[in-house]
Amino acid sequence: MTNAIFTGLMLGGMYALIAMGLTLQYGVARIMNLSYGEFLVAASFASYWLFTGWALNPLLGLAIVVPIGFGVSIVLYRFLLTPLVRRAATRDALEVDSLLATFGMMFIVQGIMLTMFGGAYFSYSFLSIPVTLFGETLALNRLVAFGLAVLFGLALYVALTRTRFGTAIRAVAVDPQAARLVAIDVTSMSAFAFALGGAMVAAAGVLVSMFLTFSASSGVIFTMKALMVVVMGGVGNLLGCLVAGLALGLSESLVATFVDPGLTLAVNFALFLGVLLVKPAGLFGRAQR
Amino acid sequence: MSPTHIAAVIAVGAGLVVLALLPRYADAYYLSLAISLLQFTVLATAWGLFSGPTRYVSLATTAFFGVGAYIVAVLGEVLAWPLVLLIAAAIGALMAVIVGISTLRLSGLHFVIFTFGLAELVRQLVIWYEVNKTRVLGRYVFVDITQNDIFWQLLGLAVAVFAIGWLIARSRLGFALRIIGEDETVAKHCGINVTLAKVTLFAISAVFITLVGAIMAPRWTYIEPSIAFNPTISFQVVIMALLGGAHRLWGPAVGAIPLTLLFEFLSARFPATSTLIIGVVFLLIVYALPTGVAGLWERVSRRRAAAPPVQA
Amino acid sequence: MTVLASSAPVLEVSALTRAFGGLVAVNVIDLAVHSGEIVGLLGPNGSGKTTALNLISGVLRPDSGTIRFAGQAINGMPAHRIARLGLARTFQLVRVLKGMSCAENVKAGLVFHRPPLSRGEIDESVDRLLRHVGLSDRGGLPAAGLTYIDCKRLELARALALKPRLLLLDEWLAGLNPSELLIGIELIRSLKEEGLSILLVEHVMDAIRSLCDRCVVMNSGRRIAEGRPDEVLADPAVIEAYLGVSPGVSTDA
Repeated sequence: MTNAIFTGLMLGGMYALIAMGLTLQYGVARIMNLSYGEFLVAASFASYWLFTGWALNPLLGLAIVVPIGFGVSIVLYRFLLTPLVRRAATRDALEVDSLLATFGMMFIVQGIMLTMFGGAYFSYSFLSIPVTLFGETLALNRLVAFGLAVLFGLALYVALTRTRFGTAIRAVAVDPQAARLVAIDVTSMSAFAFALGGAMVAAAGVLVSMFLTFSASSGVIFTMKALMVVVMGGVGNLLGCLVAGLALGLSESLVATFVDPGLTLAVNFALFLGVLLVKPAGLFGRAQR
Repeated sequence: MSPTHIAAVIAVGAGLVVLALLPRYADAYYLSLAISLLQFTVLATAWGLFSGPTRYVSLATTAFFGVGAYIVAVLGEVLAWPLVLLIAAAIGALMAVIVGISTLRLSGLHFVIFTFGLAELVRQLVIWYEVNKTRVLGRYVFVDITQNDIFWQLLGLAVAVFAIGWLIARSRLGFALRIIGEDETVAKHCGINVTLAKVTLFAISAVFITLVGAIMAPRWTYIEPSIAFNPTISFQVVIMALLGGAHRLWGPAVGAIPLTLLFEFLSARFPATSTLIIGVVFLLIVYALPTGVAGLWERVSRRRAAAPPVQA
Repeated sequence: MTVLASSAPVLEVSALTRAFGGLVAVNVIDLAVHSGEIVGLLGPNGSGKTTALNLISGVLRPDSGTIRFAGQAINGMPAHRIARLGLARTFQLVRVLKGMSCAENVKAGLVFHRPPLSRGEIDESVDRLLRHVGLSDRGGLPAAGLTYIDCKRLELARALALKPRLLLLDEWLAGLNPSELLIGIELIRSLKEEGLSILLVEHVMDAIRSLCDRCVVMNSGRRIAEGRPDEVLADPAVIEAYLGVSPGVSTDA
């Protein structure tokens, strides 16, 4: 039982980490990014390549991969998504358009990774030293990744709630129209939030690659989990991300331990629908009038 | 009926006769290509039937297709073929109703997410069932269905999907969907059961997709979950319908034909980079042709009709 | 269309309550509309009038309280079933179906009757309703090209197409110029003469005085007054709600 809960919490922490970037991208920039998981896996490959090719410690690799993630996202937003934002008549129209555009992007990123690395599974061994914690044994790399995930989450939370800049970003998330009225540059704030989300997903990709095996086509499952966590927690809400991520991880690990590992996805979906039937705006979402 | 109507009916009828005779003249390669074309025409048209008027992007095509194929693998040997198809249609409809009722009352976004994962969910459930209950993962498809039979069945299904689409557009359901597309709140206050209309349409669309999966199953001799639930189909169907324009009944078919040929060509010549190219084609369509060929056609013909362009 | 005068109200709302988070938008409201009566629902902006209409027409679900329409409890019932029972409404921000013709807009209210109308009845009703609201020759025109008052007329025709027993009008007269206002008031009065019961949310005082049999005034979600229009408009609590009260300064407006 403790083992299942412990595994569940670690897993949930990972889900929360994965979803944080998406909640920024969707909550603030209103871009429903279906290629999100592909960018995560791309960061995993980058970390793998740095580690095996250049013997670069993934923790140092973060310092390279995260800024690249930020930069690539800025460029993507500027050249691919801004035209859609301009074209969209309503928020719904932008949602559908961005969904389709990122859907195409998902194939492109996946296609590039397939041509570069093929369809095989990859992993590398870094800090795979067994550690005993609360009577449970687990690999040090998982623990380090978890610790860093908590750190990144806290840093993001503080940045969004304690700084003027963060307040501006949250204002855009709540009401872009009103934000414009108080002299917030909504377009560049959206671009920045999208890029910050890109940086977060790059960080998640590096951390995840330390303890998970991945392949060019594993992005879809990350996207799906991240989407579920974001919508369940309430779009644009970091605390919601954490709670929903933990709920998803715990339920998954408990079902895998006590019922059947083959039913984890079914439980994910049941939880997702259950939450939305009770609270359509998500756990921490604002109810609409 | 006006003379142009009569001419159109005769032309369509003659075209169908020519198509139906195709297996007598075409060799195996062209017959197989024709089957692919028909398959995607039906899939994309059925997709557009639901997603066109409601603007809900369904990524669940694979889930229904795979269920259809799996039903044939399980029941094909035991039951008569028409009965197998009937069961496939019923299960497809039932699945659509369950998914529809649980997600279509929520926003479009939740629907997309759910359908995005649906194929994976169904695949996992099938694997779980097979491993735990029947203890086999793959199955051989033993049915006495030839390529010619597949072609004729798909042709019949194509005629059916267009006929149903045509009828819906002229029915109360079709009118209800136009109102829902304009303003859902107004639709409710006109006495329209919005959820029922959406779920009905989703089920009709799903029946066709499930049937395509069932009809196509005998093409493989061996089926396992990863073959039946191949996620690419969902994606291909969306691209096709978008290229043609999902808001018109004939739109998705217009997109299906060139793209099927393109995908066949790509997977034969550039298997390694086909995913990448599909992605690029997809993006080109989203940016250059947001309303598809049908939208372009409407703009051009409207411009012709109103010779001195009216300022908006 | 004649409606027998009866003592049982067409609409009877009791202890209706709905909160959004901490804000109680509608707080234990009682309200009744009798057959053939026009009742005004008044109150300053943000007092919960539109929320009350949304609860009655089924856009929102009440947290507690009951709504009885023609003797049947309709609280919590989905909007389309309430509409079919014969409760129609217009919207504060006028909502016409812009992608359709005017005739199709009216048809939208006719096609989904239970039991369904015949094609002939529908076509005949479309013409009659368009004529009724003063849009007789506009049937074939796209609704997108209508002026503001014509949009309001079209929306009213669509609501009347449901053959309602009760009509909810949400600031239907707002934004009209003085001559349009007179036409609008006459139109509503003609509906009353046909026996329709009407609940209207309105800010135009002239219209309230000349149309309403009774008024209910809301402020901050609560009911603060009820009675004949001239009575409630003279009520100190109502004046205070609209104009506020500042200490030391008399509020004789």
